[in-house]
Amino acid sequence: MTKEIIISGFGGQGIVSSGIILAYAGLIEDKHVTFFPSYGAEMRGGTANCSVVVSGEPVASPIVANPDIVVIMNEPSLTRFEPTIKPGGMLLYNKTLIKSQPQRKDIAVVSIEANVIAEELGQARIANMVMLGVMIKKTKLLNLETLKKAQRKRFVKANDEQLALNDKALEKGYGLL
Amino acid sequence: MAEKKLMYGNHAMVEGVIAAGCRFFAGYPITPQNEIPELMSIRMNEIGGVFVQTESEISAINMLFGAAAAGKRAMTSSSSPGISLMQEGISYIAGADIPVLVVNVVRGGPGLGNIAPSQSDYYQATRGGGHGDYFTITLAPNSAQDLYEFPRLAFELAEKYRNPALILADGLLGQMMEPVEFSSKPIDPKSLPEKEWALCGCKGRERRVVRSYDLKAGKLEVLNLRRAEKYAKIINKEQRFKTEYCDDADLVIVAYGTCSRVSDAAVKMARDKGFKVGLLRLITLWPFPMDVLGDMAKKVDNFLVVEMSNGQMIDDVKLATECRSRIYFHGRPGGGVPTPPEIYKRIEEVLGGAR
Repeated sequence: MTKEIIISGFGGQGIVSSGIILAYAGLIEDKHVTFFPSYGAEMRGGTANCSVVVSGEPVASPIVANPDIVVIMNEPSLTRFEPTIKPGGMLLYNKTLIKSQPQRKDIAVVSIEANVIAEELGQARIANMVMLGVMIKKTKLLNLETLKKAQRKRFVKANDEQLALNDKALEKGYGLL
Repeated sequence: MAEKKLMYGNHAMVEGVIAAGCRFFAGYPITPQNEIPELMSIRMNEIGGVFVQTESEISAINMLFGAAAAGKRAMTSSSSPGISLMQEGISYIAGADIPVLVVNVVRGGPGLGNIAPSQSDYYQATRGGGHGDYFTITLAPNSAQDLYEFPRLAFELAEKYRNPALILADGLLGQMMEPVEFSSKPIDPKSLPEKEWALCGCKGRERRVVRSYDLKAGKLEVLNLRRAEKYAKIINKEQRFKTEYCDDADLVIVAYGTCSRVSDAAVKMARDKGFKVGLLRLITLWPFPMDVLGDMAKKVDNFLVVEMSNGQMIDDVKLATECRSRIYFHGRPGGGVPTPPEIYKRIEEVLGGAR
């Protein structure tokens, strides 16, 4: 089993963090993983994306051309990555910030009011955790408890309150559909 | 088995350098290798090593010359434009027969280029790079694990032959995260034997001289001929590579670094579709693994060279195969990175339609 994932949105939406959490979670579950971000000239409000590969075998290419799963957090990312998804793949998108409708009929499309849910929980910035929760539920890629462990590896300096809120966002997403 | 840690390639390199017993780093910031000096500044401080952020790359390479002439394991890292600035110093170091480690996390060029991954410094890395008759031992990692392990190999080879060693990575390898296993016991620098040529104070013994020139008539020619013997020995003994599915191959892809990873995926796609395709992944770029290619050329009809450049290594493939086989090229210059489907498509073009 090899799953290729692209996560994309604005800089500041936790795109890179989401990718690293997924990669950590894969490692915790003894899978082979790679994580590759767009890098260097990134800034808050600019575009950011990353590729994550989670596999039962050593990962050949960390470069993903046709992902199995795409998590989209903003409008420009939908335009860019929807056409690249493998037939039979899955598109998960943040309905709060994306007004257009995905066009593909040969993929599974999941829409989530990620920012609305995140703000109900108390913080817009945890919308990425809501998306991750939904994603692992719909794809059965990794376990919820592993993601909770993995976010602690990513946010080593975060306080307990924030970590607990992140857990809640993951759970909320996981229980949504 | 040791626990695996998820690490950036650049960070894995830092831990590998320290595990190799190196306690001296001098360098100047440049993307996409900034994580190396950043973490090095913290780690060298923790373990009592030396970290210097110099005022320029020229200063860094000359500090390296000094530290290594004193017999210590010393390294610098930079990216393409910075490595160009260092060439004078690397030539002097090669002329003085001093082992050092230089890391190039290659970005797009020429000029200031961009900050994307590239392999366009192949010529510079494998032809010496600066002025004069010399070569640098050049290793090409293709994973974070390699970035951890290759510094040790580089220092060992550099010291064995008294020659500068270069690790030629690229922006993707530096910026990618992968699990890394700290596979070997770290070397205590104090356990390394003193070098019989090192400048470390001549009290009570004959003085030693380290220099890159000799103005006496005929003397430099003798020195350079002796160095040519050393290079011949390295070429003879140190060619390193890995083959995959090559035994029955109609086409063998030749690649190193990032391109060898992407090609690996393309080879698997091709095998699934019934094409007999193999992969020759090069680990040493100088010495170039010419012997294996020469042997392969006797039975393999087609080679496909994949590079993130307009084609530089392809020259060495042609030389090594003596043009006995058909040699095709797929290149992405200026920071472009190939994808598995695009390499697969090229395989299909060469071997002619689906099987």
